[in-house]
Amino acid sequence: MADVKLKKGYHLKLEGAAAGIVEDAVFPDRVAVKPGDFISLKPRILVEPGDDVKVGTPLFCSKENNDLVFTSPASGKVLEIVRGERRAIFEVVIETDGKQRKRRFKYPDKKPAALKREDVIPLLLKTGLFPYLIQRPFGKIANPGDVPRDIFISAMNTSPLSADCNVILQGHEKLFKAGIAVLKKLTSGDVHISIDGTKEAPSKAVEGIKEVKVHRFTGPHPAGNVGVQIHHVAPIKGKDDIVWTISPLGVLDIGYLFLEHEIPVDRIMAVAGSAAINRKYFKTIRGAQLFSFIDEPYGDDIRFISGNVLTGKQVLQDGFISFYDNLVSIIHEPTKYEFLGWTTLGSKKLSLSRTFLSYYISLIRPEMNFEQKASINGGKRAFILSGIYEKVLPMDILPVFLLKSILAEDIEEMEGLGIYEVIEEDVALCEYVDPSKNEIQQLLRQGLDMIEREG
Amino acid sequence: MIKRLLEKTEKFFEKGGKLEVFFPVYDMLVTMAFVSPERTKSGAHIRDYYDIKRLMISVIFAGLPAFFFGIYNTGYQYFVSQGINAGFIDIMIEGAWLVIPILVVAYGVGGFWEVIFAMIRKHEVNEGLLVTGFLIPLIVPPTIPLWQVAVATSFGVIVGKEVFGGTGMNVFNPALVARAFLFFAYPAAISGDSVWVATGSKVVDTFSGATPLAVASLKNTTPVVEALADRGYGFMDMFIGLIPGSIGETSTLLILLGAMFLIVNGVASWRIIVSVFTGGIVMALVLNAFAPTPESMLALPPHYHLVMGGFAFGAVFMATDPVSSSATMAGQYVYGFMIGLLAVLVRVLNPAYPEGMMLAILFMNAFAPLIDNIVVWNNIRRRKQRATE
Repeated sequence: MADVKLKKGYHLKLEGAAAGIVEDAVFPDRVAVKPGDFISLKPRILVEPGDDVKVGTPLFCSKENNDLVFTSPASGKVLEIVRGERRAIFEVVIETDGKQRKRRFKYPDKKPAALKREDVIPLLLKTGLFPYLIQRPFGKIANPGDVPRDIFISAMNTSPLSADCNVILQGHEKLFKAGIAVLKKLTSGDVHISIDGTKEAPSKAVEGIKEVKVHRFTGPHPAGNVGVQIHHVAPIKGKDDIVWTISPLGVLDIGYLFLEHEIPVDRIMAVAGSAAINRKYFKTIRGAQLFSFIDEPYGDDIRFISGNVLTGKQVLQDGFISFYDNLVSIIHEPTKYEFLGWTTLGSKKLSLSRTFLSYYISLIRPEMNFEQKASINGGKRAFILSGIYEKVLPMDILPVFLLKSILAEDIEEMEGLGIYEVIEEDVALCEYVDPSKNEIQQLLRQGLDMIEREG
Repeated sequence: MIKRLLEKTEKFFEKGGKLEVFFPVYDMLVTMAFVSPERTKSGAHIRDYYDIKRLMISVIFAGLPAFFFGIYNTGYQYFVSQGINAGFIDIMIEGAWLVIPILVVAYGVGGFWEVIFAMIRKHEVNEGLLVTGFLIPLIVPPTIPLWQVAVATSFGVIVGKEVFGGTGMNVFNPALVARAFLFFAYPAAISGDSVWVATGSKVVDTFSGATPLAVASLKNTTPVVEALADRGYGFMDMFIGLIPGSIGETSTLLILLGAMFLIVNGVASWRIIVSVFTGGIVMALVLNAFAPTPESMLALPPHYHLVMGGFAFGAVFMATDPVSSSATMAGQYVYGFMIGLLAVLVRVLNPAYPEGMMLAILFMNAFAPLIDNIVVWNNIRRRKQRATE
């Protein structure tokens, strides 16, 4: 058990956190599964519009591994297969019938603790829950054939306006523990769970769990990122040093599958953000249309994001929740030109730098939160090294030099500087604070893709 | 309304518009006047309000006290050299009359090149010039001929920055490159005893325009501190800065005020500033130990070094340039320390270059990438070691 206190990082004081109330949402008329939610997945479509589907019917699979399927979270009919640029599949939309007819699977007749790896992997694959398992390095869906060195779970969330892990886990402690017991079968090493070190008592969900390593992390975002936690507990040593990660949502669903012998589809979603009208938690299902729980009329110039404001994807109000997300962030888009805007004192302009009055105001009033719109706040420039990126990356990594090695396409240097230890979410804050407004997350992915391509 | 006006004018400058080549100019003017509501398209949906403009503007704010003091001092020295006791207003008017043209030329010429390169490269005009154009007038003597300012600014911007690819890619601080160019190309205009004060037609006999550094490096017959004091260069005089010298470099007091601003708002690296001063003090103490006689410049006490010549100005405004300085935290300590050390070493041991600060910074600019590389190698080595454990 490690007790890690991190100083580096940045807690974004944003307006609009969700109140801790969970409300049952209306059952969605439409749900969708989006291949784009899964990093570097090449999908092969398995259904056609008009096909009847049940909960658990495969909609598409990976071209590289046909066993890796992605299943429908609802029963009904395939309404359409939306394609984007170059005919890439954008989303598979299902019109639900509300009956939630379930596809049958053969469940092993054992307690979670008695399961074997051979019982677990095939069922996770068939039910479409396997994609919850992410591998590091590269941050893509794990390879079912691998035996990971360790499995890491971050049972804390530090990202802006994030859903409170305790709200998600509350009342589901049994499922969580069952999920952990199942995951234990998949690794040759340990299952590591990181919890919020500021809370005196650990969450009930991890209380009394045996045979896992519980770590306490304290600090601003990204202390809750699993990549940061791996770095401090047992860092990734190279390309072939594979660990798996899974979110608490995935643990709950896996626990449910093996305890209840049914495909889990429920998802608790937080709705937050300065523009959000009804900020609370909603109980709905995976892939639900936003409309079904965000039905207030919103005007123009509003941005809906599935996920948090740093790493989430923009969706429309009639769009769908992404597979891994349990947060919808709603913020304003900027519309007005601001005369001599760069000369203002900036009492309302949130910044890591201390060049705006907002910093000094929040020293006096630490409870104050700020609104941030979806504005870029400056023009793209070359990296002007100013030591700012290091301040928000609590890892022994030199972000600017790593990024420059990607620009130079120098794979050896990228490896040396620790590219295997990070994925987009870990450098998202670097992108946020960057005064040169570079697309740092995208650049990092380019580097990772380059390494995968070169083998 | 503004939005509509901008939309109307923008079409001329966009791709295919009549004035397409002038887009960088248009863009510069618009972004200077307005912060545009440009939306994030990919990556993080929200971004920090901090940008390069804010960074550069902060540096200029920090330099304003030294700038206005420079104007005052230039006017003050002008009247003192003639033995006239002038009022504050007269002094400021005369000072502005001498200094503002230098600023205008530096910005005009620098801006011209910046726009030309932006048009050729088809990118936005970089804000780096805001600072370079502001710093050049502060590090030249008030008597500098304007055409030399123009030539030096051109050299600084083109050779010091644009040949490397523009702001962010340059190895050397462009303002210092301009100054070094003057130093080597037109030594008569930037060294000696007669250039540091803009004098009128008649000069009183008792007046000497020699800078404290020049005085200290003479073969004095009294201990060096006394020799300085005899010429009116006591420690406090030099700290406050009503003395001959480059326009913005004389007042250590106001430079430190700027430094406070930059350190509080975090724009400049306190690591660099502190280690430059530390390096200077350490070297001065070492030289003190080897001073043959109290008359020798080697005997100059450390705190004198810090208030003389361009030491403080260089430490605060030149060494901290985020582009040409060391980028790693550990590297910044070494980089700053070496600048302070070399500056004092050069100015004491090489009387031909009494102003060692400029050379020390340029020299360490060249070494900054190497220092950073050592830090990077260490990071890579640590990771490799971990992998083989």
